[in-house]
Amino acid sequence: MNIAVCVKQVPDASEVKIDPQTNTMKREGVPAILNPFDTYAVEEAISIKEKVGGKVTAVTMGPPQAVEMLKLCVSMGVDDATLLSDRAFAGADTWATSYTLGLGIKKLDKVDLIICGKQAIDGDTAQVGPGIAENLGLPFVAYVRKVLDITDTTLTVERLIEDGYEVVEVSLPAVITVVKEINTPRLPSLKGKMRAKSLEVKPLSAADLGAIPENIGLAGSPTKVFKVFSPPVKGQREFIEGEPAEQASKLVAKLHELRVL
Amino acid sequence: MAIMVKTDICVGCGACVSQCPFGAIDMKGEFAAIGDKCTLCGTCVDVCPVSAIEITAEPKAAQADDITAYKGVWVFAEQRGGAVAPVSFELLGEGRRLADKLGVQLSAVIFGTGIEPGIKSLIEAGADKVYVYEDALLNEFHEDAYADALTELIREYKPEAVLVGATSIGRAFTPMVAWRIRTGLTADCTSLDIDTEKRQLQQTRPAFGGNIMATILCPDNRPQMSTVRPGVMKRLAADPSRTGEVVRKKPAKPLTSRTRLHNVIEVAGHSINISEAEIIVSGGRGMGSDKGFALLKELAEVLGGVVGASRAAVDNGWMPYPHQIGQTGRTVCPKIYFACGISGAIQHLAGMQSSDLIIAINKDASAPIFNVADFGIVGDVYEVLPQIIKQVKEARG
Repeated sequence: MNIAVCVKQVPDASEVKIDPQTNTMKREGVPAILNPFDTYAVEEAISIKEKVGGKVTAVTMGPPQAVEMLKLCVSMGVDDATLLSDRAFAGADTWATSYTLGLGIKKLDKVDLIICGKQAIDGDTAQVGPGIAENLGLPFVAYVRKVLDITDTTLTVERLIEDGYEVVEVSLPAVITVVKEINTPRLPSLKGKMRAKSLEVKPLSAADLGAIPENIGLAGSPTKVFKVFSPPVKGQREFIEGEPAEQASKLVAKLHELRVL
Repeated sequence: MAIMVKTDICVGCGACVSQCPFGAIDMKGEFAAIGDKCTLCGTCVDVCPVSAIEITAEPKAAQADDITAYKGVWVFAEQRGGAVAPVSFELLGEGRRLADKLGVQLSAVIFGTGIEPGIKSLIEAGADKVYVYEDALLNEFHEDAYADALTELIREYKPEAVLVGATSIGRAFTPMVAWRIRTGLTADCTSLDIDTEKRQLQQTRPAFGGNIMATILCPDNRPQMSTVRPGVMKRLAADPSRTGEVVRKKPAKPLTSRTRLHNVIEVAGHSINISEAEIIVSGGRGMGSDKGFALLKELAEVLGGVVGASRAAVDNGWMPYPHQIGQTGRTVCPKIYFACGISGAIQHLAGMQSSDLIIAINKDASAPIFNVADFGIVGDVYEVLPQIIKQVKEARG
């Protein structure tokens, strides 16, 4: 089974701090990490491979320094890595990103399963997984929380919905996105780290992929960012003082005043 | 890249460096230099006091159609077992406002069979027209079949804007439709508006876990598509006297899917649909144990709300994952959010800080949760919560 796992390098949100004076994000020195949701995708890909055999390839679109993240994936047990990197990819929205990643996946040997994290924590769109599925003409299942069974031609999973979950069978090849609940990602192994060290990743450019210029980067993106601003300051931060009983009665009175109870 | 710093004008003040939301600008010598992280958002262009930064030649993502042929606002009405999702009514309220501003019809789109009461409720909630795509397969959710049906309707009737609830279903299949039609889709919007002159939908959404807000346009492609977060738009009061047209559509041959639904398992107990809940009582590490969550369940019950949990509480096994709120869980926007024994890590705030009213109860007065709270109670949850439960019960008689 050949599995492609799509990954993204994102700023580490836990390191992002708000400047209380300006209420803007302080981003200096914020480290780039493997998108947390993608760690579950990587783990699932590796564990499926361990069960049924095959090969796992991590695919990312990003700047040259994304190689570090790909090496982390290899140190966890991914076999190979593909970096799609070109200045022409910059400014891509989810449409253009899905297009570009789809081209990267087409470059791999026949892929049976593509696994993505539910969403990336910087954009939070959850749109690239389904976009890749459409681009490749493959069936898609979102929010997978458990893989129940896998054969050469089908995959059976549990998919999370608002009020529970569904058991869904999908024909392969297919694209799935996974949620945190699906597994506990392993740590890099020593052997993996050695392999990652010697791994050479040659970036593929737009030309290498045969990308149509109107479909990549800013040019290929139907959406445009019109403006970016800080969210309105939240929280009156009114502390309710007193003994517990008193605090409770003041709170209940306030909720009544606001007509929310 | 189509962005440049005109070094003959740049005075090296550094205003753009501190304002760039993506940390993409550095000072190189005397001038600002824009690096790889740039997404061409334009913030620096606005903040530059001497207009030294320019975004040039904005290229267009081609769409074959004439975009002026697209008219009207659509709302996708999600139904499960005949029941229309609450967010769909909220979107009809918002869609009504947008359609009136544009001077066009508001239509609802609903899939499936045996859903007559649902169709009527959509007209009462503001729709001028309801497109019904009748196919039995659509009574179940299948990503590809849903995408097939909505794509077909959009291609035939050409709306200029399509709003879909940002639910598990909406966020799963709408990107497939946008891909096929080759148009823009903005995820999880929390506010919408219209530039009536350009007929452009201004779609505002949180990014970076709610730390910044971005307004997104889809200038050259139609329809302009958004998924919209449940709980943020206002539904209209149902008006049984409203009338509307119903357009029924059947596929040429029954729809098929490459997915097969074996089973639907509703998780037992109280509804866990926290995305739609108006009141959420959440607990974190400070609850100490699953016994603490019994208190939260009691409060949720007297308030008619549901229980949420921080990642720490879920990792400790006190609540199952579907209740998790935050970056790796669900994003919620209730009317009232109780944060009990939650310190307020940025990942948790990302999932709940747009709630209407936030009440934080924590022992530690310096916990970051108090920074986003409207009302803060410094105290022991085991002492404060039973008092609140008791007094709400009394107030309710």
